[in-house]
Amino acid sequence: MVEKESPYKKYLREERLPHIFCPGCGNGTVMSTFFKGLEGTDIDFENIAMVSGIGCSSRIPGYAKCDSLHTTHGRALSFATGLKVGNPDLDVVVFTGDGDAASIGGNHLIHAARRNINLTVICINNNIYGMTGGQISPTSPKGSFGTTAPYGSRDKPFNLAELVSAAGASYVARWTTTHPLQLSKAIQKGLENEGFSFIEVVSQCPTYYGRKNKMKTPLQMFEWIKENSINKRRAEKMEESELEGKIIVGEFANKPHAALTDNIKTLAEENSDKPLAIKSAFEELD
Amino acid sequence: MVEERFVQGNEACALGAIAANCRFFAGYPITPSTEIAEQMSILLPKYGGSFVQMEDEIGSAGAIIGASWSGMKAMTATSGPGISLMQENIGYGFITETPIVIINVQRGSPSTGQPTMSAQADMMQVRWGSHGDYEPIALAPSSVQEFFDFTIKAFNLAEEYRVPVTVLADEVVGHMREKLIIPDKVDIVARKRPEKVNGQYLPFDAPEDGTTPMPAFGDGFNIHVTGLTHDERGYPDTNDPDTHNELVERLCNKVLMRRKDICSVKKENCDDADIVIVSCGSPYCSVGAAMKKAREEGIKVGSLKIDTPWPFPEEEIAEIAKTASDIIVPEMNLGQLVHEVERAAHGEANVHLIGKIGGILHKPDEIYDKIKEING
Amino acid sequence: MRTEVRIAGFGGQGVIMAGVIIGKAASLFDNKNAVQTQSYGPEARGGASRTEVVIDDEEIDYPKVTSPDILVAMSHEALIKYMGDLKDEGVLIIDPDMIVEEEIVDFVKEHKIKLYRAPATKTATEDVGLRIVANIVMIGAIVKVTEVVSVDAAKQAILDSVPKGTEDKNIQAFEAGYALL
Repeated sequence: MVEKESPYKKYLREERLPHIFCPGCGNGTVMSTFFKGLEGTDIDFENIAMVSGIGCSSRIPGYAKCDSLHTTHGRALSFATGLKVGNPDLDVVVFTGDGDAASIGGNHLIHAARRNINLTVICINNNIYGMTGGQISPTSPKGSFGTTAPYGSRDKPFNLAELVSAAGASYVARWTTTHPLQLSKAIQKGLENEGFSFIEVVSQCPTYYGRKNKMKTPLQMFEWIKENSINKRRAEKMEESELEGKIIVGEFANKPHAALTDNIKTLAEENSDKPLAIKSAFEELD
Repeated sequence: MVEERFVQGNEACALGAIAANCRFFAGYPITPSTEIAEQMSILLPKYGGSFVQMEDEIGSAGAIIGASWSGMKAMTATSGPGISLMQENIGYGFITETPIVIINVQRGSPSTGQPTMSAQADMMQVRWGSHGDYEPIALAPSSVQEFFDFTIKAFNLAEEYRVPVTVLADEVVGHMREKLIIPDKVDIVARKRPEKVNGQYLPFDAPEDGTTPMPAFGDGFNIHVTGLTHDERGYPDTNDPDTHNELVERLCNKVLMRRKDICSVKKENCDDADIVIVSCGSPYCSVGAAMKKAREEGIKVGSLKIDTPWPFPEEEIAEIAKTASDIIVPEMNLGQLVHEVERAAHGEANVHLIGKIGGILHKPDEIYDKIKEING
Repeated sequence: MRTEVRIAGFGGQGVIMAGVIIGKAASLFDNKNAVQTQSYGPEARGGASRTEVVIDDEEIDYPKVTSPDILVAMSHEALIKYMGDLKDEGVLIIDPDMIVEEEIVDFVKEHKIKLYRAPATKTATEDVGLRIVANIVMIGAIVKVTEVVSVDAAKQAILDSVPKGTEDKNIQAFEAGYALL
């Protein structure tokens, strides 16, 4: 939660507070760690544009005092693709969740990663649909409960960090709300990476995930996440059976390569004597 | 210098977009619109523009809206199933007042239908396809030249009214080749950048003419754009009936109140006509020969061609209905626009549909036969 | 005067290109009006393929061919498929090496068709040395028989349409076709 005394208040649209997030929601922690990560870079906050889809996490850009595009469910990455290609000078950050990015938006996610478009995606994975009241999501652990899995989920969840790495993203990390320092460092790296950066944040939804899964307080959820987290380096030495239900944290990809907007710019330079068109809708032609 | 080319309608459309200063295209291959994407992929790099082949049509519609907010004139092109997939994001374009151009080269449908054949089966989808109340603008070309001209006009209307504008073409006009005259100068509407008054700017305010200037992301206005019902600052306010009413009524009225400025029809021989053929898009190609043949036999036939099916030219149809006894509506569907014609005619003239599906344009004799049938 | 031309063959013979060139010649270089259309879909890939051109001194409203004045057939399958609505006393130009002529004798007689034989494929292969220019050879034959476009306009349209570096071969093909009839 962003408390009133937060050093990051200057980044917020104060007239929009208080926010709609539930007490104990992980979104506040993610916002704070994002601003901390941002301050570790040379990026000017004025140059940030945020894009989001639908869901609790997608409401974050509405509270940040920058240009923000709150779009349709699952489609944030396609809007962000247009925004970034249209003006590669912008630093575009996408806030999304597990339902938004991995379910309805799964196709856009893998293709944005494949193109290595230079966006920073913060995916807040709380393993449930919060906004609609606690239905299971594609990342809900096997056996977990939701209003649409009253007998426990039988499906195998997505491993988002692995999925996005395999799809071609140049920077991928997974941390949790219990790792704010590592998380802000990963966000900093993601923002600095000239390519598709995907930072998965495993987060708590005490209101729905917690209540449905016998973790009634935010603290219980927080401890559950903390206890189940295993660093990637350690996990690599463990058997698959030992890792069942664990949250593997760390860096999953860090291999910079040519980004989509660089390729488009080069193509334009090779074929045109004009500079890449930016904000050309405002041009008065004679 | 004026340039003459012998090109397909789809190529003319791409050339029109370039002339209108469109520098961003996102699309997905689909027959019979694919040539537009192909041409844009050739042309855009030569003009410093950007082309992205998206993963699907949903993404294409999203990308052009994102690009529009980056400050670019942006377009996509699709057909049949693709236009169905785009509907949700087109609705987003309406509520966020985003200027974009969508080219719909109509084909036989429903579903996958007839990919290589023509139809006008999306007339109502363009009107009502996305959920909610909104007032779309659509232009329907009937020649290669019009496909070029109307694409430019679509960009201009999109900027002037801050709305998604659709060019409702079809396979016939998309694929036929004709002479295209590219003028050395075309009239282009540039986007208006707002000014901050007393340090404030309201991106979704309602000025007199209904359309607020629009900044680009990165211009320093720090605006919030959302598909939720929002106030004039752009902030969500979803439970107040008044906010919703005010927003949606304004969105509709900014088009409806200036319907006369937007609507365009072409009338021929209507003054003394007993029978008027009301056509839109490709079927207009079959009207001229039928009208001529009937006139030669002394039957007073006129033609009203609708350039802008949306907003529907109600006054123009009402006027015709007062003087003519019969109106014939040839459509490449089983009856869509005919209902609008009937509504606008207020029962003052008999309205006859020549609905044709299967993918082939009406032959002039099909219209002539209807004229004869009515004339008795 | 409105003239309707249909050129048909099998996919890969360049019949659509032939239609585009004739349309371009009429429209851009003879200053007439022209509309070219073509068949799409599975039939354009291997099976019977066709293109149609409407040429008129006056403005053209209806862009499609209703019953052709001129039918050009470069394959037997296409000929049988598309000859049905050829106008009585219309012009039929065939590539005789690709056609089983006995099958159309009755049709030609009954409808008083003016039949011309232009061995375009053979000429392209043997005289020009390039089988793929059979369509351009056929344009030469069409122009000679029908004068639907002028020789100059046809040549300009060919130069405007063919790949760079192939201009000479294509003009040679046109002239070889023109000399056939």
